[in-house]
Amino acid sequence: MAAITSDLEVEVRRPRRSVVVGVLLVVWVAAYFVLRGIDTLVLGGQETTSLHRWLTEHRDDVGQGNAFFDAIRIVVDHFVVLLQNLISQPSFDRPVPVIGWLGVVAIAAYCAWAFGNWKVAVLTAAGLGFVGLQGLWQESMDTLALTVAAVLLSLLVAIPLGIWAGLSNRAFRVATLALDLMQTLPTFVYLAPLTLFFAIGPAAATIATLIYAAPPAVRLTAHAIRSVPPESVEAARSLGSTRGQTLLKVLLPMSRSTVVVGINQTIMAALSMVTVAALIDAPGLGQTVLKALQTLDVGVAFNAGLAIVVIAIVLDRVTTAAGDRPWRTASVRRKVLLGAGAVAVLVAVWFSRTYVWAAEFPSDVNVGSRIAVVASDVTAWVQDVFGGFTYGVRDAVTIGLLNPLEGLLTGSPWWLVSAVVVALAFLLGGWRGAVPAAVCLGLLVATGVWQDSMVTLASTLLATVVVVAVGLALGVWAGRNHRVDIWIRPVLDAGQTMPPFVYLVPFLALFGTSRFTAIAAAVVFAVPVTTKIVADGIKAVPVVTVEAANSVGSSTWQVISKVQLPVARRAITLAVNQGLIYVLSMVVCGGLVGAGALGYDVVAGFAQSELYGKGLAAGLAIVLLGVMLDRITQAAARRTQNFQGVQGRGDKR
Amino acid sequence: MTAQLEYPDIQDSDALLSVQGLWKVFGPKAQRVPHRPELAGLDRADLYAKTGCTAAVRDLSFDVAPGEVFVVMGLSGSGKSTLVRCLTRLIEPTAGRLVFEGEDLRAADEKRLRALRRSKFSMVFQHFGLLPHRKVIDNVSYGLEIRGESKPDRRRRAQEVIDLVGLAGNEHLYPEQLSGGMQQRVGLARALANDPDVLLFDEPFSALDPLIRREMQTEVVRLHREVGKTMVFITHDLSEALKLGDRILLMRDGAAVQLGTGDELVGAPADDYVREFVRDVQRADVLTLRWIARRPRDGEPLDGPELGPDVLVREATRLVLEADRPVKVVSNGTLLGVIGDEEILAVVADN
Amino acid sequence: MKKLRYAGVLTAVALAVAGCGGEKVGSQPQPSAGKECGTFNLTVSPWVGYEANAAVVAYVATKDLGCKVVKKNLKEEIAWQGFATGEVDVNLENWGHEDLKKKYIETDKVAVEAGSTGVKGVIGWYVPPWMAAKYPDITDYKNLNKYAALFKTSESGGKGQLLDGDPSYVTNDEALVKNLALNYKVVQSGSETALIQAFRDAEKNKRPLLAYFYEPQWFFNEIKLVKVNLPAYKAGCDAVPAKIACDYPPYDLDKIVSKKFADSGSPAYDLVKNFQWTNEDQNAVARMIAVDKLTPDQAAEKWVKSNESKVNTWLGRS
Repeated sequence: MAAITSDLEVEVRRPRRSVVVGVLLVVWVAAYFVLRGIDTLVLGGQETTSLHRWLTEHRDDVGQGNAFFDAIRIVVDHFVVLLQNLISQPSFDRPVPVIGWLGVVAIAAYCAWAFGNWKVAVLTAAGLGFVGLQGLWQESMDTLALTVAAVLLSLLVAIPLGIWAGLSNRAFRVATLALDLMQTLPTFVYLAPLTLFFAIGPAAATIATLIYAAPPAVRLTAHAIRSVPPESVEAARSLGSTRGQTLLKVLLPMSRSTVVVGINQTIMAALSMVTVAALIDAPGLGQTVLKALQTLDVGVAFNAGLAIVVIAIVLDRVTTAAGDRPWRTASVRRKVLLGAGAVAVLVAVWFSRTYVWAAEFPSDVNVGSRIAVVASDVTAWVQDVFGGFTYGVRDAVTIGLLNPLEGLLTGSPWWLVSAVVVALAFLLGGWRGAVPAAVCLGLLVATGVWQDSMVTLASTLLATVVVVAVGLALGVWAGRNHRVDIWIRPVLDAGQTMPPFVYLVPFLALFGTSRFTAIAAAVVFAVPVTTKIVADGIKAVPVVTVEAANSVGSSTWQVISKVQLPVARRAITLAVNQGLIYVLSMVVCGGLVGAGALGYDVVAGFAQSELYGKGLAAGLAIVLLGVMLDRITQAAARRTQNFQGVQGRGDKR
Repeated sequence: MTAQLEYPDIQDSDALLSVQGLWKVFGPKAQRVPHRPELAGLDRADLYAKTGCTAAVRDLSFDVAPGEVFVVMGLSGSGKSTLVRCLTRLIEPTAGRLVFEGEDLRAADEKRLRALRRSKFSMVFQHFGLLPHRKVIDNVSYGLEIRGESKPDRRRRAQEVIDLVGLAGNEHLYPEQLSGGMQQRVGLARALANDPDVLLFDEPFSALDPLIRREMQTEVVRLHREVGKTMVFITHDLSEALKLGDRILLMRDGAAVQLGTGDELVGAPADDYVREFVRDVQRADVLTLRWIARRPRDGEPLDGPELGPDVLVREATRLVLEADRPVKVVSNGTLLGVIGDEEILAVVADN
Repeated sequence: MKKLRYAGVLTAVALAVAGCGGEKVGSQPQPSAGKECGTFNLTVSPWVGYEANAAVVAYVATKDLGCKVVKKNLKEEIAWQGFATGEVDVNLENWGHEDLKKKYIETDKVAVEAGSTGVKGVIGWYVPPWMAAKYPDITDYKNLNKYAALFKTSESGGKGQLLDGDPSYVTNDEALVKNLALNYKVVQSGSETALIQAFRDAEKNKRPLLAYFYEPQWFFNEIKLVKVNLPAYKAGCDAVPAKIACDYPPYDLDKIVSKKFADSGSPAYDLVKNFQWTNEDQNAVARMIAVDKLTPDQAAEKWVKSNESKVNTWLGRS
């Protein structure tokens, strides 16, 4: 009897919450019609607040001529230049780099084999050969040198931080907050100030990349340390290990594969910064992309973008293989083969230092120009075929969905919007949602770019809904079907690492300069990560659970909706969350294609010195939106899990 | 046994490990709970509602004698795993005293504690707690490695215990290549490797198949016979407790319900909880004649066969049923009582 | 696995055989990198007209003076910072930026002006040629309200759309729309790429478009955009930003060099100082780069060959 009544209570309570939410929204709309246009905090394009002007005036206060930053710059610069001398730039009074293409391919393939397996070694050789054939060998090597430098430096900082955050709860909380900030703060925001500290060139570009790329490594190292089975740690402690011994002999070795995933994510993040960093004179493929775009040469931009994708896929597969390697040590046969391989590599390096054909990538076969022509033709064809139709879609979505939502957000008084959002956050996530929401909204008002924030929020919400819908559909499909998964992964990888600049041009052609274009670009960028997380979540649903559902005669749809999706809820929450963050990180790119609002403010701040302060404020506003939405979704997710606050043992390590 | 040489007098104070008034409370400001009677007296739900705290161990006192197998039993959530971790301060107790060989463990600093863990205590875990990146032999010698023994020494010692627990031939495999039972043998070997005085077992066999479990229990009995270590053994399995334990502490909600030998628990349950707990036991296998003997009735013939009070009911069944008169239970020439067919049948037919 | 090993061995052998016959590194004569001229850093701003300047100056400096020229692709703001840090020596085409001149030339004294580029910059509002042909009176701002409905888009909220471009340029468009009482809304495209794409699309698909644009610009080689006449510029009519109701001023594009470079006495400095050409010259080179897809060096070479006299003036030869 007791069970039945408690069930009933739950049944009654759930609809009640959604009814309250519904009522709240209706009240909001009604209030909007009454209060429209009051207290909307409009700020024109060239207008600034006193905060913005203060920021602009004080931009030079730190950094210039500081010996500390100079020292960092010089060290990093030397490191990058060293790597460039090794593989990409003529150096040491020779017309070629220290190691020519043959040597680089050999070393890379050998490392892939030694740390991963022979399959990824073949992939590595093929991938590097391909970028060579694209006619982009030197640019690719510059990019690779910069990426390697940024990733190594990132890890140098990130892994100790990650360990710290893994061991200490307090450090973990602080780190999570700081990392959220680092990941949502648009690159453009700190690109310009960074040049004040570190000038322009490879060093500044490396450091910008480092800031962007370090968070995943910190996060995953911390996560890895925290998810080492407590019994293994207790066992080590029960035998009298010191803290150091526990760390070195138990925690770190057992975290290896997760830390490698973090390294993998860091590499991907670093590669996605390549084009942006080109704006402050980072050498490599990013330059090629940016230059091609000046003349709207989609073909050449695509060719260079493709090289970035290929490098990304190679690095991704190699690190994944390295992370998956079992504990077992190498067999004698493998050891012998590895030795022989090392000799072969040395021979190849010697060749590449001695003979021109092995030093400079042969330019007779240039696939790159053909790829460029095909890409241009395809783009033109798509534009011609879909050109008329796409404008219709854009207008329908804009007028039917985006404009009403944006109108509601921008037309309502700021205090009304704030009240509604805080109330919603409370309903969905309790105090854990409401308090951060209130703080973020207050700070948003303080940034002085309230209205632009609301415009961006409207687009972000719409984009996120689309991203989640598409990500769920694709993710479930890929999660249930191994073959689909295999085919879809490289496409997703490409979507994630292809510089957005490359597909912005075709999108501009299809949809014109509009907020819709920005939404479309954000969707392309964010769908891959959402899909991957959903697919992994679906795959992680225990086979037994699915079998149990099938055994009672569930239809496919019932299995998906009643078993797989609910069981994979944690993954889906994460997917929504990450989708949101990725959408927000594209806001600035959206500013380049007509989304206006915060994205444009940031770009303008980067380009015009008198708007610097406003750009910075807009960047902060993006972060605040990100933190707010993140906290609300997480609190809501926690709420639905019926989490009980009963603590178990082992609260302290 | 050396322990007995150090403690010539058979007194209460010669316990190897003595626990007095031990508390472990989880939650905010846990310190106040044991020290304030109005909080200490609350039951689980009230305590949580009032303070947000949960008392995993509440006011436990017991002694473990040298060479004894001391079993702590209870259902999951009864606090027994927390208790065993408190004994070596893997979890810091909230209140109470822990005395080991006359030394106050709670006063020991980090360094002393480490030294004790390295030489006096070892623990075997439910899910083994092995290090997947190390081979069997390196797992076993881990404890020796961290206390700085040379490689040949620790190899030799590791090999000894590997042979002892029946793992010979598997030294160079990785844990994931072994079955659950074999993995737990690695856990056992690791615990034995540094030759501790006390072995702590935290439900070591509950993750194993029944057949393997029985085999491992036998293995522990054998080891206890061969190496004579003091053992504190946590389990939720009554038959395991009865099989291994010299004495059993039954816990519920962090508190002790009853402490006694196996037949005491079965024969004289302290309350309904214990009674319910031991209801399904094959009583004939546990109870001795001492528990079922009754005073002879008037006029009953007292010339039947004689048996000692510590004979198990199961072993006496046939004799009692075949005898045509009550069997006498005699200890040192004193008649404790008699047993007839109905007493035997009440126990045997109970199942 | 086994096959793979054989394949590896075979490749190694093949490489060894092929390799031993190849040309050796270092056997070709090395180009002597500028002994008397030295190295200078040239910023390249992100538009093709600038790239044309850079191509020609770099070509002449390398070929005739034996300098080593390091080109850096930078946004304007960033390039200005480069004067301070030594990362940038020369900027060949500066569009106004009075605030930056004040900071880096007057206050910080790290840069100096090096005279006019000779190119005239024009900023204004443009329509695609098909519109100018179909609605001839559209080029007068007074008639813009008449056509406002044509320019309505999903972004302009019921008004006509005036598309603005790269945020690098200061725009007065918001003020202009307000002060000229135009029924238009300024929509930020956010980048030059977006603007050009919009014009391309507008001309091709006969879509109406009114947008902020500027000359010289290689894109005029592709489509001859038509400028809308705003009230004529008079000196001082743009003094108060919020009250502007006149056209943009004509820009005399100029060169900026770092103080260090100016004082170095390098012949390259004289070249930069003397460098001057016309909108037509720049467009010709820009066209070769953007449309004919020549590399900057090839384009420069081609132009220099047919303009020897101009180059000689720059070099101080007569």
